[in-house]
Amino acid sequence: MSEVVLSAGDTAWVLASSALVLLMTPGLALFYGGMVRAKSVLNMMMMSMVTIGVVSVLWVIYGFKLAFGYEANSQWYGAISLSGLGSSVNELTNNGGIYPIPLLAFAAFQLMFAVITPALISGAIADRTKFTAWAIFVGVWVTLVYFPVAHWVFAFGNKVGDTVTGAGFLAAKGVEDFAGGTAVHINAGAAGLALALILGKRVGWRRESMRPHSMPLVLIGAALLWFGWFGFNAGSSLGANGIAALAFMNTQVATAAAALGWLLVEKLRDGHPTSLGVASGAVSGLVAITPACAFVAPWAAVVIGLIAGMICALAVGLKYKFNFDDSLDVVGVHLVGGVWGCLSIGFFGSSAVNSIGLNGIFYGGGTTLLGKQAFGAFFVLAYSFIATLIIGFIINKTIGFRVKLDAEVAGIDYDQHAETAYELTSSSRGGFIS
Amino acid sequence: MKLVTAIIKPQKLDDVKEALIAAGITGMTVSEAKGFGRQLGLTEVYRGAQYKVDLIPKIRLEVLVTAATADKAIKVITEAARTGNIGDGKVWATPVDSVVRVRTGESGEAAV
Repeated sequence: MSEVVLSAGDTAWVLASSALVLLMTPGLALFYGGMVRAKSVLNMMMMSMVTIGVVSVLWVIYGFKLAFGYEANSQWYGAISLSGLGSSVNELTNNGGIYPIPLLAFAAFQLMFAVITPALISGAIADRTKFTAWAIFVGVWVTLVYFPVAHWVFAFGNKVGDTVTGAGFLAAKGVEDFAGGTAVHINAGAAGLALALILGKRVGWRRESMRPHSMPLVLIGAALLWFGWFGFNAGSSLGANGIAALAFMNTQVATAAAALGWLLVEKLRDGHPTSLGVASGAVSGLVAITPACAFVAPWAAVVIGLIAGMICALAVGLKYKFNFDDSLDVVGVHLVGGVWGCLSIGFFGSSAVNSIGLNGIFYGGGTTLLGKQAFGAFFVLAYSFIATLIIGFIINKTIGFRVKLDAEVAGIDYDQHAETAYELTSSSRGGFIS
Repeated sequence: MKLVTAIIKPQKLDDVKEALIAAGITGMTVSEAKGFGRQLGLTEVYRGAQYKVDLIPKIRLEVLVTAATADKAIKVITEAARTGNIGDGKVWATPVDSVVRVRTGESGEAAV
């Protein structure tokens, strides 16, 4: 076997993709921030921003090894040790085989996934979460849920010759998840549902107006998410190649179709296509195509996106039927969209498109792949939901997960951060103190 | 002297202002207001959830006129502010006891 040498093109693409994926988290802060009321926009954004801080630090200390180590030779976790990044800046990535990119580039790219996943959860518990409790939750949750689940899904093991050590069990089982339908979206969606149940409903839910305070912020956020998602999906090829281009194109067309699908449901059901609908539809399409983007043909991506936009537009109404306050529809968009995206590979997967993928039902592959996809989706869903319920329950019983009633009613921004988002007139007066 | 007060649609402010000036009635005070009338607000839909919006943005327009001009002012405002749709607003006049022009100290109709 010839020695693999570092590829400048692949490395440049993965580093650029890492930056794109990082941008998604501040983008999410805007997307979520616009959707809450003016009195809690800063807290909503701060939940995303502090997640970048907490997860990045934990990643460089031990998170990377826990997710992508192979030393424990376990299918459940990587290794319990320091990440040890920087031992060799020239070391290449080995994830089920050598990639011609530095291990550090791979570690940086995967870090951004670990950052955005807990940030996604925050939308379920808007307006009412104690900030320090959230920051602690993020550290505990990534340690017990994200890092291990990332190992199950994304770790293909250290391959030397024909020997693979430390591959994750869903990866080894052949569950196809290119960029994180299970590890990121189902994981965050199930955790969001668990926390929405632990924290309870916002004061005044289904009685007071809780309409979004700034649709332009939501649209800026959606735009940044869409832009960054090209790094998320096309960067997951870990190289500048045809698969990256396929993932890029599929990401675009699925998202576009999903935005149209959501608008169609709104037009037929409510009479008006809305800007929140087009933004939400786009995100639901991005979610659904995430696991499938490198395994399906572009025509299939259009169908996957269209269906995602339509079912998510209907799914966001479920919280009113089942009476839980998933404030910004993490369940309706990420859990439902993520499950659909994972299952969709079982129908549309094509080994003619990507030789590492199996054929789904529509390509004569039978139900084998669909069965694997369903297993992967529901295993991650169940683990994340139960583990998050336990973590959330303990945090709620010890330090408390929710702000006081008065603070929630008056506005969490001032209570938790001593700031308010908007000063639209100069009538508040006052002056500088110190 | 009369104070003519009008609640109108914000987008009709320029039309009303120009019509009053054209009719020789100058001077007005405008404030942004919110309220509802017989239609009781409107409904907005976000992700399929309907929210009632009770208080709709309006312009509150106040014009101080002599008693003789009040009816003309009301007529001009009514015609300029009308779209024919719900939410066009209302115009009314109230008697005013005294008026003083701050700069000169003039009072009564001379100050209007």
